[in-house]
Amino acid sequence: MRNPESIIEERKSRHRPQTGPNAVIEVEDLVTHYGERMILKGVSMNVLENEIMVIMGGSGSGKSTLLRHLMALEEKTSGTMRILGNDIDQIGRQEFLDVRKKLGVAFQSGALFSSMTVGENIMLPLYEHTDLDALTMEIMARMKLEVVELSGFENLMPSELSGGMIKRAAFARAIVMDPKVLFCDEPSAGLDPVVASALDDLILDMRDAMGMSIVVVTHELDSAFKIADRITILDRGEILMVGTVEEVLASKSERVHALLNRIPEEDTMDPDEYLNRLVGEDNPGTAHL
Amino acid sequence: MADHKVSAVEKIEGVGKTAVGFVEAVGNGGILVAESVYWLMFGVRERQPVRIGAVVQQMMEIGINAIPIILMLTGTIGVMLAIQGIHTLRIFGAESRVTIGIAFSVVREFAPLITGILVAGRSGSALAARIGTMKINQEIDALKVMGINPTRFLVVPALVAMLIMVPALTLLGNFMGLFAAGLYVNADLGISLAAYAHDTIDILSLDDLGHGLGKSCIFAVLIAVIGVVNGAGVQGGAEGVGKATTRSVVQAISAIIVTDMLFAFVATR
Ligand SMILES: Nc1ncnc2c1ncn2[C@@H]1O[C@H](COP(=O)(O)OP(=O)(O)OP(=O)(O)O)[C@@H](O)[C@H]1O
Ligand SMILES: [Mg+2]
Repeated sequence: MRNPESIIEERKSRHRPQTGPNAVIEVEDLVTHYGERMILKGVSMNVLENEIMVIMGGSGSGKSTLLRHLMALEEKTSGTMRILGNDIDQIGRQEFLDVRKKLGVAFQSGALFSSMTVGENIMLPLYEHTDLDALTMEIMARMKLEVVELSGFENLMPSELSGGMIKRAAFARAIVMDPKVLFCDEPSAGLDPVVASALDDLILDMRDAMGMSIVVVTHELDSAFKIADRITILDRGEILMVGTVEEVLASKSERVHALLNRIPEEDTMDPDEYLNRLVGEDNPGTAHL
Repeated sequence: MADHKVSAVEKIEGVGKTAVGFVEAVGNGGILVAESVYWLMFGVRERQPVRIGAVVQQMMEIGINAIPIILMLTGTIGVMLAIQGIHTLRIFGAESRVTIGIAFSVVREFAPLITGILVAGRSGSALAARIGTMKINQEIDALKVMGINPTRFLVVPALVAMLIMVPALTLLGNFMGLFAAGLYVNADLGISLAAYAHDTIDILSLDDLGHGLGKSCIFAVLIAVIGVVNGAGVQGGAEGVGKATTRSVVQAISAIIVTDMLFAFVATR
């Protein structure tokens, strides 16, 4: 990790607009399960207007799961969630659809529709939700492709793109309706540093020029520190801390530091337990073999 | 000993789970059909109309591309029925009456059945694979977040296309089966094609045609629903898609044959 002072200096040098006082997303005591396994264990957080919220945490800590819940894609076990002021358990189907239209998402894998060209992918939300004529839609799609530096690729199929290009095309599709809230799962993972940095700038632009609230899941520390207004750190399904970059850097928590400096978790398991786990807990009788 | 007990309990548990799974799947299928009807009727009002273009595309895929193979199979079946019918009736010296058997068998049973099985293998499996792949690639989630209802967008076009194309293919199969059988009858017994056609039209009522086409509509719904339910239930990666595809074909063909039997039973009461 670079030294904290230089990160903070660099951030000060950039203009940062005020985040709004209102939360676009509020989550309280969110508990979720996959089957029997509890994944999120009582998560509370919010995302403010015009804010970039970065979600960080170790692999398997539940970042993608949290993101899916923030988009109301998953059934929760308990807790409350409000998206753009609507309690998702209270609103009707039509309102729910209207809320959805104000969200945009770029999934970890891109999730482009493989049976459509890149251009058609990007035009789909326009085609489904607006009355624009074909030419206008094409122009808008081309504009968004230009934003992600994919001009001229609109007639290719997703299978003809590289991994990084798919991510950028997915980003273009996510922003085509100018959503109020944009979700990005690992937008820059697997991209070369130049493109990754350009994508970071793009995310900042979206906040500043379009006034979007953006939720980004990322592993990349440099990217997180560059774009984040606030950071949520998840650890095994629980929130370790929520704070500004400055607060995170100043944190005294050992787990936070371990995560930032990529120190693997200290192994505090006792040898017997370790052996048991290797052998499998179902057959403790064979552990002495 | 203890091991045996455990395995017996596990077996019963397994049966229980399968039964619950079956009921659940049937329930899901029912919900899917209800939802599809809803979107067909109220899609426009909800500003989410079912796209004609998508239906046409599915119709091409399910129907038009299947025409050659349907012609070939129903033609072959027609000839097979003629051979078998003549062979059997010759025992009673009544081979000239073969037309009755052929006409009823083709129109009421074989054309709908063969068409259903073929479409299940060709398009039901493709539907399961497409939906399953879209699910594991998070494309279904992407649709949801865009505010596009996946049932309306993916399922209804396939269902409508099936409902139009399976009976249409069955009708085509009727003609081809009867025609091919007629050629054989003509060659073997020397009955002219015109006389054969005249006989056939005489024997068959609209009821018989309706019986076959009605069944094929039910087959269409079964194929579509079984394909979608299996596709939507895919777990894991590409392997899961493969399993779901196979399962959807086996289930759809079984469902078609059982339904056919029930239909025949009820209709002949
Ligand atoms: N579809 C699923 N079925 C069952 N368990 C799942 C599923 N998806 C995720 N999990 C479990 O939920 C936990 C959190 O997964 P999640 O994908 O949210 O992690 P993550 O923080 O995004 O990790 P990564 O950084 O590797 O993407 C993991 O333990 C995982 O095993
Ligand atoms: Mg993830």
